[in-house]
Amino acid sequence: MRVKIQAMRKVYDGYKAVLMLEDGSIFKGIGFGYPCRVVGEVVFNTGMVGYTEALTDPSYRGQMLCLTYPLVGNYGVPSYSVKDGFGLPKYFEADSIQAKALIIHELSPYASHWAASKTLDQWLYEEHIPGIHGIDTRELTKRLRVKGVMMGVLEVSKDDISIEDLKSELNNAKRYDEINFVHEVSSKQVIKYSVDESNGTVVLIDTGTKYSIIRNLLRTGYSVVRLPYNSSISDVLSYKPDGVLLSNGPGDPKLCKETIELARDLLDRDIPVLGICLGEQILALASGAETYKLQYGHRGQNKPCINLKDKRCYITSQNHGYCVDPDTLKGTNFDVWFLNADDKTVEGIIHREKPIIAVQFHPEAAPGPYDCMYIFDMLADMMRGG
Amino acid sequence: MPLQSVRKVLVLGSGGIKIGEAGEFDYSGSQCLKAIREEGVQTVLVNPNVATIQTDTRLADKVYLLPVTPAMVARVIEQERPDGIMLGFGGQTALNCGVALKKQGILDKYGVKVLGTSVESIEIASNRELFKQTMHNNKIEIVRGRAAHSMDEALAIVKDLGYPVMIRVAFTLGGKGSGIAHNEYELYEIVQRGLAASMIHQVMLEEYIGHWKQIEYEIMRDYKGNAITVCNMENILAMRVHTGDNIVIAPSQTINNHEYHMLRSIGIRAVEACKVVGECNIQFALEPNSERYAVIEINPRLSRSSALASKATGYPLAYMAAKLALGYTLDELLNRITKVTTACFEPSLDYVVVKVPRWDFKKFDRANRKLGTQMKSVGEVMAIARTFEEAIQKAYRMLDIGLDGVLRQEVKVFRSEEELEDAIMNPDDEILLNIIDALRLGWSVERISRLTPIDPWFIYRLKNIVDMENMLKNLKHLDEDVIREAKRLGFSDRQIARYLRMDEDDVRMFRKARGIVPVVKQIDTLAAEWPAKTNYLYMTYGGIADDIQVRDVVARDGADAPASSTTSSSTDTNTNTTNYNGNGRVIVIGAGTYRIGSSVEFDWATVNMVWGLKEHGFKEVAVINCNPETVSTDYDVSDRLYFEELTLERVLDVYEKEMPEGIVTCVGGQIANNLTPKLAEHGARILGTSKDDIDRAEDRAKFSALLDMLGIKQPAWQEFTSIDNAKVFCRSIGYPVLVRPSYVLSGSAMRVIWDESNLEHYLSMAAEVSPEHPVVISKFITDALEVEVDGVADGNGNVLIGAMIEHVESAGIHSGDAMMVIPPWRLSSKHIHKLREYTYAIARALRVKGPFNIQYIVKGDDVYVIECNVRASRSMPYVSKFTGINLITLAAGVIAGKALPEIDEPWLNVKGFAVKVPQFSFMQLEGADIVLGVEMKSTGEVACFGDTFYDALSKALMAAGYNLASRGSVLITVGGAMKRRVLPIVSALKAMNFSIYATEHTAEFLIENGFKDVQIVYKISEPNRKPNISDLLHARAVDFIINVPSTLTIEKYAEMLEDEYMIRRKAVEMGIPVFTNLDVANLFIKTLEWMKSNEPSVSPIRGYTLV
Repeated sequence: MRVKIQAMRKVYDGYKAVLMLEDGSIFKGIGFGYPCRVVGEVVFNTGMVGYTEALTDPSYRGQMLCLTYPLVGNYGVPSYSVKDGFGLPKYFEADSIQAKALIIHELSPYASHWAASKTLDQWLYEEHIPGIHGIDTRELTKRLRVKGVMMGVLEVSKDDISIEDLKSELNNAKRYDEINFVHEVSSKQVIKYSVDESNGTVVLIDTGTKYSIIRNLLRTGYSVVRLPYNSSISDVLSYKPDGVLLSNGPGDPKLCKETIELARDLLDRDIPVLGICLGEQILALASGAETYKLQYGHRGQNKPCINLKDKRCYITSQNHGYCVDPDTLKGTNFDVWFLNADDKTVEGIIHREKPIIAVQFHPEAAPGPYDCMYIFDMLADMMRGG
Repeated sequence: MPLQSVRKVLVLGSGGIKIGEAGEFDYSGSQCLKAIREEGVQTVLVNPNVATIQTDTRLADKVYLLPVTPAMVARVIEQERPDGIMLGFGGQTALNCGVALKKQGILDKYGVKVLGTSVESIEIASNRELFKQTMHNNKIEIVRGRAAHSMDEALAIVKDLGYPVMIRVAFTLGGKGSGIAHNEYELYEIVQRGLAASMIHQVMLEEYIGHWKQIEYEIMRDYKGNAITVCNMENILAMRVHTGDNIVIAPSQTINNHEYHMLRSIGIRAVEACKVVGECNIQFALEPNSERYAVIEINPRLSRSSALASKATGYPLAYMAAKLALGYTLDELLNRITKVTTACFEPSLDYVVVKVPRWDFKKFDRANRKLGTQMKSVGEVMAIARTFEEAIQKAYRMLDIGLDGVLRQEVKVFRSEEELEDAIMNPDDEILLNIIDALRLGWSVERISRLTPIDPWFIYRLKNIVDMENMLKNLKHLDEDVIREAKRLGFSDRQIARYLRMDEDDVRMFRKARGIVPVVKQIDTLAAEWPAKTNYLYMTYGGIADDIQVRDVVARDGADAPASSTTSSSTDTNTNTTNYNGNGRVIVIGAGTYRIGSSVEFDWATVNMVWGLKEHGFKEVAVINCNPETVSTDYDVSDRLYFEELTLERVLDVYEKEMPEGIVTCVGGQIANNLTPKLAEHGARILGTSKDDIDRAEDRAKFSALLDMLGIKQPAWQEFTSIDNAKVFCRSIGYPVLVRPSYVLSGSAMRVIWDESNLEHYLSMAAEVSPEHPVVISKFITDALEVEVDGVADGNGNVLIGAMIEHVESAGIHSGDAMMVIPPWRLSSKHIHKLREYTYAIARALRVKGPFNIQYIVKGDDVYVIECNVRASRSMPYVSKFTGINLITLAAGVIAGKALPEIDEPWLNVKGFAVKVPQFSFMQLEGADIVLGVEMKSTGEVACFGDTFYDALSKALMAAGYNLASRGSVLITVGGAMKRRVLPIVSALKAMNFSIYATEHTAEFLIENGFKDVQIVYKISEPNRKPNISDLLHARAVDFIINVPSTLTIEKYAEMLEDEYMIRRKAVEMGIPVFTNLDVANLFIKTLEWMKSNEPSVSPIRGYTLV
């Protein structure tokens, strides 16, 4: 038996690292990845596997990701060159790390997995992303839970780190909520993906899409045309789509003005539409409903959601900081479709008359459970006129 | 919502603790009963395991201590008329019994609905062909393989499968003849041998997957089809070691998101296909170099793994499974930990959990220690931490095998590199210790990885520990940074102290002064995402802040001068633990891992102590324990549960967080008992008998002096440092003698020696005798009765005897292996009077405050004391259940400062008999000899009550697995002078029309004595002489065997008679009972006689206790 083993730079001789939060909390740990200083919103995710998928999820743009599972990096990082059956990177959701930094309890100094090509540390270094480990991530999580997600600053350095410098950097930084990240993460050109063009086409509005959304669309047999976030309705219609998918993405949905505009146009037509995560929020806003920011978001792979149509409870993968306000849905043509079984927040909406559905969670999983992949099949059914 | 039609539910337990079915089923059964009762539904439990919490009448409305057999359960059904039955909470025993009841039409006849997973679903999981077909239909992979009836067929199959290939022999017992072929040459060997051994001339060839990863998922599914995976687990020693013997980590560590969720989805699909309702375990093999997988099996019931998963995640699987069986859906239920979020979610862990099994091979001469597909461990521990290193080191301390971490004190001496390589390639119970030693010897991780399927990730982690050891060894003095890192990697103060040649207390003082202290973290099921109202806790150095603050609660009711022993002055100035203020807090120490000699009975005592202390006014009771197979570690038993090591260091850590009124150490068996003096010396306040008084009972010389003072006899004894003095002593008291070395080179620790040559042989070959390792020798009294007394005393001179218990066998069998009866049936009133007088005198002299147990030998008119345990005993649940007076509840009252109630001795107020019978697990322990002696070998016990002695005994024997056939054949082989004593037994057997087989000499003797039709059979070692015993056993032509070893002894000689051993071993493997003790054989036959004209009674526990 052969298993790949990769040793990395010795952890204990690694860089210094300090994480400071808005509330003044300071966590001193060991630095890894790329030595630099970054500012971002600090969020936590409770998933126990899937760091390669999570770190490359464009929805984490502008955020520093804290993983609550304490041992990270065990199975290393596979190569981007490993593709799935559709030619998409099998283990990644984008072509580079999207999060600003990684915050963990303990970095595995070794990677052991047949698919590993490098260690987590090496990967972060190569992509200029800093990381901190050796801190009490449970304590950090509890503070975020109690006080809400906060801005933070992380510095990884060989030299001593000045707390004063961190403080002023944090004070001068623009807040996460004020930044529109979508234009950063959206593809600039039109990209086509296809297995068999004769099966019909879905237009994917890319506000920061994950590869797994494309993967799942291709799985249903449709071709995918990936358009920039600011495409117009005529751009969309020019591809004669059987359906449209509004993708996930980072930041406050209200900042996505162009895409909301497009969504309004879509609501006026009869094309089947599926919104995912940010896409769901955009559809809600387009219909006149409101969104709000959750105290500390929903990020994990164990989130129960009840489908109000069939009364079944599904375990979902989630990554969202904003949410649709159910009271404001009343004046729209949308009903609540999925409810979070824990805090009863809206996790999906469904149009009363048109083939338009949207979920707040991630049916494409990656990372996370596959239980809701049927949502893509529902879109396919709608496109076939079902 | 729950089914309204179900008003009364029958729950089946798993019987006596045996290898493969242990304390985990007390956990599952207890949670099940609680979950049902909450719904206002009546519960009836059938389980003969008297030492469990579930058989306390507190949890079930009615408890039947009866064998879990279709015949007995049918009678209970007839009597109780339940609406439903739950089969998933009592292991394979309950499942098999339920399926049989269904097939026999009994459930339908009485309209009993199977709640939860249906019998049809159970059969899909248990019938190999049906299972294969079901998986195939759902496109789920299973291990590839086919059956072969010839070498040619085998060769054709291997062309398909490739080497190595696993060959299993169909229809042979004990898996004999199976093997792994790496090439055609080996294939030829194994297939030829296998085809010859198979009764149907068939071998199964399967792809070899021993080196594949073994990954398990625990899955819950409700009747609507909602399904969740509560936990996944990775078995570190890969597929080739049974999960019960594997070192298990939760969650999995070395598989990525793809593999994790692929297996999870397939698991849910498989469970959907089987239509499980409730809880189940699914086991996968995962090829380590690809995403290839195979489903191995589904267990459609609670299991050892589900108990582990439950404790590892905080998700009460058994409780929830019972609710689902009653008709709830997952989303209708609340997460018991948060009490606000739903139960339909998947726990997220922010810690790592490691389970390590506890093996007791030292108790079993000749048992094969190699690990494989047959489970051999007798218990387990679970360690929780924030790094793997911390967890594994904690676990090895929890095992209580003399290690203070995962490192041996010194590298073991291996004769050659090959020997060490072999030890790593063929794992036994010391596999991790051997890998550590290889790392210490400088072997690279890569080199070790080539020898074992253990994922290199784990080996690298072990290397971290070895690297830290080296760093510590090179330290000249304590260094803050190194110590901080060492603690994070799970090193104990004792380990650190040893490397630095200093005292453990100095390390503690050093690090506390620098703030290097563990923090308390919660196990909250969702990684701190929601506020959790849980007091399920562990300690770690991987953190900076405690999750909980222990705050003073209101003083307990009537907290008049708290009952306490005099605390000795603190010798540890850095442990400020002597402050107590009637704050109503108390700590109870549990019993740790189950092992031979300390099992579920101490968990029963722990839980009853917690309940008792609460009832007697303590406000907050904290428990420390580390055994996942227990009820005491359930989320709702104590106010705070520290899932932690039972070491001095950790108990003091907890004590300093809790600052309680005191700590109770009398219910956790020997571990807790041994901690008492050290805790007291460090300023902890011991509630109960004082450490000095415990010492007077434990220290042989002090106890002897006390007995002399009281004028109470004990068998003559002395301690020796040389063989010569020992010989003189033994000559003066006469043989046989009992020898207890303090250091054993091989074999078991205690031995009966019958003459001087054996004494010499033993003390020179097997044990050491020297000033450093003295040997204690005492007179071994034979042909006497053994009696135990269980009681409670209050330290003020009041003593209450719960019961006098007589051993059924003559003295000399370990009390854990002896059958017992209440009331004593051979003692005279004179004896009883003397026993009572002695008991009072000893308990008063020792100022016992709490539970105690005294063991006596009665010979003629003389009564000798063997020992006094000032703590809860193994027999207390048995006594408490039979008499209806719970001794531990009384002890809790005494500890809380209440006086003992003035009541009659409870055993005098009961009618009927209670018989306790040991449960053995020899079948699982390949090679182990079954002859009993002074070392305990049983893994559990059962007890049944009856109107008469034989009424109770017959049921207890059945409950322990004996088949009470009323006719058939018996094989008798008895040595030497014992032959004469077998004659009455033979007459009785003849009278019942048993046919008798006997070995040559025994047969001659029997024929001479008039039993003309005895048939001679020849020794296994002479296979050419027919009829041969071997054939007889294979054909299962005998129903039981009476085999009394031919030495005059019940203890074997070093040169054990091979042939008799082979008979016993073969019989065990064939499941044929063997009696090696004439007392027991005699009783067994009398029971068979009784059964001819009587039917055992069927009454719930209280049915016998009313006078």
